[in-house]
Amino acid sequence: MKLGTRKILDRAFSGLGLTSIILMAASLIILLTPIIIGGTDAFVFKGTIEHRAFQLNHFGRGDSEKIERQMAEAASARQPVYDMIEDFRAEMKTMRGPDKRYFQEELDGVIAALNELIGPMPGQDLAQLARTKYGATRWDRAQENLKHLLYTEQWASAAPGEWATKTYMPRADTFADTALYPMFGYVESNLQEMLRPQWTFYWQFLSDEPIDDHMFGGIWPMMVGTFYLTIGAMLFAVPMGVLTAIYLVEYARDTKLVRLLRTCISTLAGVPSIVFGLFGMAFFIRGFDLGGWHFSVSDNKSVLAGALTLGLLVLPTVIRASEEALKAVPRAYKEAALSLGAGRWRTVLTVVLPAALPGVLTGTIISMGRAAGETAPIIFTAAVSTGVVLAPWQVQEATPALPWNVYAMVAEHKEREALRHVQYGMVMVLISIVLLLNIAAILLRARISRKLRG
Amino acid sequence: MTQATLDSRGSDTKRPTGVVGTEAPRPGSGGISCYQQNDIFRQSNDSESDAQEAAHVVSDSFSIYYGRTAAVKDVTIEIPAGQVTAIIGPSGCGKSTFLRAINRMNDLIPGCSQSGKLFLDGQELYSPQLDVVALRRTVGMVFQKPNPFPKSIFDNVAYGPRMHGIRNRRELTEIVRRSLEQAVLWDEVKDRLNDNALGLSGGQQQRLCIARALAVEPEVLLMDEPASALDPRSTARIEDLIGELRGRYTIIIVTHNMQQAARVSDRTAFFYEGELIEFGETRQVFTKPLQKQTEDYITGRFG
Repeated sequence: MKLGTRKILDRAFSGLGLTSIILMAASLIILLTPIIIGGTDAFVFKGTIEHRAFQLNHFGRGDSEKIERQMAEAASARQPVYDMIEDFRAEMKTMRGPDKRYFQEELDGVIAALNELIGPMPGQDLAQLARTKYGATRWDRAQENLKHLLYTEQWASAAPGEWATKTYMPRADTFADTALYPMFGYVESNLQEMLRPQWTFYWQFLSDEPIDDHMFGGIWPMMVGTFYLTIGAMLFAVPMGVLTAIYLVEYARDTKLVRLLRTCISTLAGVPSIVFGLFGMAFFIRGFDLGGWHFSVSDNKSVLAGALTLGLLVLPTVIRASEEALKAVPRAYKEAALSLGAGRWRTVLTVVLPAALPGVLTGTIISMGRAAGETAPIIFTAAVSTGVVLAPWQVQEATPALPWNVYAMVAEHKEREALRHVQYGMVMVLISIVLLLNIAAILLRARISRKLRG
Repeated sequence: MTQATLDSRGSDTKRPTGVVGTEAPRPGSGGISCYQQNDIFRQSNDSESDAQEAAHVVSDSFSIYYGRTAAVKDVTIEIPAGQVTAIIGPSGCGKSTFLRAINRMNDLIPGCSQSGKLFLDGQELYSPQLDVVALRRTVGMVFQKPNPFPKSIFDNVAYGPRMHGIRNRRELTEIVRRSLEQAVLWDEVKDRLNDNALGLSGGQQQRLCIARALAVEPEVLLMDEPASALDPRSTARIEDLIGELRGRYTIIIVTHNMQQAARVSDRTAFFYEGELIEFGETRQVFTKPLQKQTEDYITGRFG
């Protein structure tokens, strides 16, 4: 090969590598940016007086005097709205039957929209859900809700064969020439006074329990659940995996059976996680009968069943990583220990394992991140949408967990549109947890390596 | 099959390949501490007494196979106690393999088998009843490349004693001190016993490995080319150290370096292609070899 060709090939190769790295970095940024922006929204936002009122009533947080004064001010700003509605009701009484029915229906719509915006009217009796007792707690949601008050959505029927288009009809038009007409303009221009938005740093998003299905509060039980499941999985997978790896590396001869075992482990690493979930449900929860005895981990979804399933899921990774780490320990260490009269097991414990620790740790932490983030294995074995914070010994109880709750909120929550900030917040927290674990692992490994290198 | 020349000087050194008490007789330091006379060839009369020592390691038609190929063929040799015995020979002649058979390190190599008999103090080493761990306690080993554990200097030396059940800190400290002093390393490391051993220089590491081996108080010390990975200055220190240890331990050293064998050993065995060609007093082997092959090798005609 000519020198020139070789140079070109060389450049092409390094260029290709660089491109792929840049691409990866770019996709990471594209992925993380919305998560960080959306997730920050769960912590830092313009909170309305409704948010502060909720915090005061529910958790006793904040300066009660100040908040009550603001509430009174907001109430006086809202009073004209209620007055106008009363006036309109009086006006309706004079109307003819069909008109009355029509306006009554329209008025119900207006009041429902108002409830979402500023909470129940004085004397209005609503169902006992937290969300019906408060208006919009966030200024961005308030603006969205204001739109719902000012406009009704209508689907304009287009020509046959074409898509219908969504149009917004101002409600004010419906109430033209009535006592309610000025209310719309008043709300639009006085929303600030009615809700008194303020920049809020709601760090308790991390430590609060969710209230009314995540309409209020934070994600503490989910974090705790994720923590339990992850730690439980590691408690199971790491000893098992390391022991297996020690057996495979130090004890097993290269027989057909061992080779088969290795293949099985590799295959297990590639099995889809939902299959592990189903296996966990079948094996740990439904259990099996043996000689008249019934064996199962728990009768229903539980932390224990979920942790064991997750442990099984990451076991192949732990085994593989530990095996590689153990194999990489210099033979000389082992020989030295043996020549000093150490037994095999002793050699492994005192020399080989410590030297392999950085590698074992790396594998452990990678699997830990995976266990923390997996959804499919816990769907059937551990996760529920709402639950309380469990004590460490309540392993027989089901728990909420971040990955599952993210999925459930995005896919199944009735108010999912209104709760994007919570979804993003949970995703961001989950990613942060995994990231923190990785950083901790890197630091720990660096420390141990440094100690080993001298 | 070469009949090994067991001892060049005939009947007065011939020993029965029998049972020798576990407490190996150790020569008084007087006879042998003359290491300072670096020129071994001048130790004419003193070495007469060395030969009186009892055989410590005895092999009887001992062969080692890797798979089907014999690496060591039918070796019969009696290695005397308390002396330094060098095994020389070209690469691949089986000298290391033979050495590693003495503490059964060959067990680690898959497909390695042996025939014939090998005795240490009259105990057969390859008998199924033998406690390998106890054997390796009696027979220490120093490897070609310094291989300290990635632990502190103290922990390296204390590794063996700790394993054998000594937990008392004062006792351990005493052993570590004594071993390091024996290995002539104490003065260099006494202030940094808690530093990682991998921070030491290559020569210091090797002396640490010797200290580590000495800490379990072995009777036999096997050295597998202990200086081949070291610079000349460190090599000299290791050789001095071997001189210091002579008499207290039965030392068997494999070396590539014929000058080294001549400098440090009382006796020399020459291996060639797995066979023991000649075994005798170092001075005699190097000056008046009985075998043609030995002469060719030491005069540099091959190898």
